[in-house]
Amino acid sequence: MATDPYSVLGVKRDASPEDVRKAYRRLAKQWHPDLNPGNKDAESRFKAISVAYDLLNDPDKRARFDRGEIDASGAEQPQQRFYREYADAGPGGRRYASSAGFSDFEDLSGLFSDLFGQARGGRAGPRGRGGDVRYQLELDFLDAVNGASRRVTLPDGRSLDLTIPPGTADGETLRLRGQGVPGAGGRPAGDAYVEVAVKPHAMFDRQGNDILVELPVSLDEAVLGGKVEVPTISGPVSVTIPRGTSSGHTLRLRGRGVKGRGGTGDQLVRIKVVLPANVDSDLESFMKEWRARHPYDPRAGTRTR
Amino acid sequence: MTLSEREVVATVGGGITVRRLRAWIRDGWVRPGVDGGFDEIDVARVRLVCHLRQHLQVNDEAVPVVLSLMDQVYGLRRGLKTLARAVEAQPEEVRREVARALRDLGGD
Repeated sequence: MATDPYSVLGVKRDASPEDVRKAYRRLAKQWHPDLNPGNKDAESRFKAISVAYDLLNDPDKRARFDRGEIDASGAEQPQQRFYREYADAGPGGRRYASSAGFSDFEDLSGLFSDLFGQARGGRAGPRGRGGDVRYQLELDFLDAVNGASRRVTLPDGRSLDLTIPPGTADGETLRLRGQGVPGAGGRPAGDAYVEVAVKPHAMFDRQGNDILVELPVSLDEAVLGGKVEVPTISGPVSVTIPRGTSSGHTLRLRGRGVKGRGGTGDQLVRIKVVLPANVDSDLESFMKEWRARHPYDPRAGTRTR
Repeated sequence: MTLSEREVVATVGGGITVRRLRAWIRDGWVRPGVDGGFDEIDVARVRLVCHLRQHLQVNDEAVPVVLSLMDQVYGLRRGLKTLARAVEAQPEEVRREVARALRDLGGD
């Protein structure tokens, strides 16, 4: 966009640097996108104002523009994502949004108490209480499923012992009563909300309170059966693989899942038969011999007639 | 993907220092996660505070006033959006009733 920077800022061509700054400030206050969350034009207006100011605020660039050496587009500005894009949408925007602007609406309709859940946070809490604050905490998979206690340092310098209950799931929010912003004039403090993000585990997959694991077994273990060690969320356990177990077969280890709300889950172990890295001549000749005498068709059920 | 204090200072640039960032956190202007990590919204907010102070010449006394009003506006916008979505999800006749009630009450 190459509009004349002087007209964008509304200044004369002989305007002093101070006039340019003043004009820029006045327009920036008016058009900054974060101060105009609902105005779609604000962003393009503000960008044009910024480009014009960049050019006219730099005496060298301004002189070159006046001599016609460079055009009004100026230097390409890095793409900037404004605060309003985050504050206005998505769960992350809830972090700073304050419900103080309609906390008294509760008297008007009970509907609004549900809305507080959407816009909790911010500095002033409802009814003079200190404000609620929201934090985010990333947890390892095992700490979340087994429960853990964590000493965390809040951004304001306070330390807090946080108890993560067993079975905490990704996206869950822990409420710490009275750990928010202290209330003014001796009023009670707000609450702190800690939103938990659980890191995925390389081996364990959680579905409700059940834990899914894929267990590689050798060819001989699959054929002959035997005891193998299986990782669970509370440590390895010994499991008997039945004789003749195929890939895809699932064993259920009752009560070895997550001890969460709504009971204890199971661990589901899905068997995966893994051949040796090298098929040696021993195995090959054995299989050839075996095949000749014991043909079988595992795909019999997959054919449509 | 969260950023550390130092990474935020390097990303935002423009005169912000670690010491200043910590003061803003202490005053509650910016609130990173409990593990000290900054999300994209925190970085955008740091950039906003920088802009308010440097270009718009909002002084440190007025910054919390501006932020508090902004947080309320964004909170109201979110609340209003949720309300609008809730109305939108209603059957046609309920939406018509709401629209009529809005017209009737609109003039106060």
